Amino acid sequence: MKAVKYLAIILVTFVIIAGIAIPMVSEPQSILEFPIIPGLEDKARNIFFHVPVAWTSVLGFLVALYYGFKYLRTKNLDYDIQSVSAAGLGMMFCLLATVTGSIWAKFNWGSFWNWDPRETSIFILLLIYGAYFSLRSALGSDEVRARLSAVYAILAGLTAPFFIFIMPRIVGGLHPGAKGDTSGSTPVAQLHMPPNMRFVFFASLIGFSLLFIWLLNVRIRAARVEHQLSIKDH
Amino acid sequence: MNSIASTWAIVVKDVRSELRTRYALNALLMFVVVSVATILFALRDDEVNPEILSGMFWVVVFFTAMSGLSRIFVSEEERGTTLTLQLVASPSVVYFGKLIFNSGLTLILSSAVTVLYVVVFPAFVIKSPLIFGFTVFLGSLGFASAATIIAAVIAKANTKGTLYPVLSFPILIPLLMTVMKSTARALDGELFTAALGEFQILVSYLLVMIAGSYLLFDYVWKE
Repeated sequence: MKAVKYLAIILVTFVIIAGIAIPMVSEPQSILEFPIIPGLEDKARNIFFHVPVAWTSVLGFLVALYYGFKYLRTKNLDYDIQSVSAAGLGMMFCLLATVTGSIWAKFNWGSFWNWDPRETSIFILLLIYGAYFSLRSALGSDEVRARLSAVYAILAGLTAPFFIFIMPRIVGGLHPGAKGDTSGSTPVAQLHMPPNMRFVFFASLIGFSLLFIWLLNVRIRAARVEHQLSIKDH
Repeated sequence: MNSIASTWAIVVKDVRSELRTRYALNALLMFVVVSVATILFALRDDEVNPEILSGMFWVVVFFTAMSGLSRIFVSEEERGTTLTLQLVASPSVVYFGKLIFNSGLTLILSSAVTVLYVVVFPAFVIKSPLIFGFTVFLGSLGFASAATIIAAVIAKANTKGTLYPVLSFPILIPLLMTVMKSTARALDGELFTAALGEFQILVSYLLVMIAGSYLLFDYVWKE
């Protein structure tokens, strides 16, 4: 876990410095220059932060779902601790993705919120996280809470294909990969990036994922200690 | 008893106890009247386009369903009959019995909303009855399928009433977006084939929800 921690710190630091400091010029000559993308200009730098953060919020949900599933199989409360830790982190990243995306939308598309399919999906993800934690706070005993919140997470996960694959097809959107995009509508947007931008972008994706793994590990250990202490008290 | 007969027995039991008090049915129908009246007051003499009305139609159905469909499990919990039901019937039988009852209730309430809308709003003219009929039928079944499993979850919680719409809304959004779109098509008088895409989404949503609930219900129902 130490290696993950240091790698995450190095990669995210590199992305922050490279993503912000590398100048954007119209005719890039060296590897230390990004091309200017018409219509985006310096705003394109947000892609190094917004997309990885959005990806991590989905990762958080998937991890919470996976451990919820494992809890239902084994009835081992430790899996519930891992599940809820992942969900908490995912919710934080989801908020960050909403805020960074909303600011980007204001300057690129003219308003903070446009109900584009992907914006709708991240909003639903935020609602799901909110509902998940309200459900947990309304349930009394540890076992019932773990069981029912796992069931709810799985039910919410069942609707994901409708948002990822179906909604972007029937509702026109603004994100790349939406219906009406000239480069074709696919669930995963095609990347049109020069190699050096692509390198920073993937470094950011990996860096944020590792950051998530490390934060998750810290949270799980803290939650386990808290759980042990609460058992001792009773 | 085979499972179809016992599922039917659960439905009959629920219908009988509902008819004894008519609690859910009366409350739901009054809720429909009250919410349509509120919309009428808000709109007054304004010219409304069918697009808005087709959205408002499902807003009324959503909130009405959220006010009453949780009764099916909450009442068992309140009367203390959950344990008896767990003893006499297998979980899947209970689930399908409750699902059928809730589907019937949702169909009744969406038909009530339809009748009221046609009478009250001059702009609400159903130009393609076939699309509208399919939408209301599949939409009601989809509503009931998601609402039934959430009702089973919510019955164990402390704050049942407020939590129900909060938990159901994210799950119901794909359904809501689709039925609103195809209701707008029905009011526009489009051809039946134009709405086929929406019907495919509705049917797949229904199947996914019922299959998922069937697999998960054991964990919700058994202590």
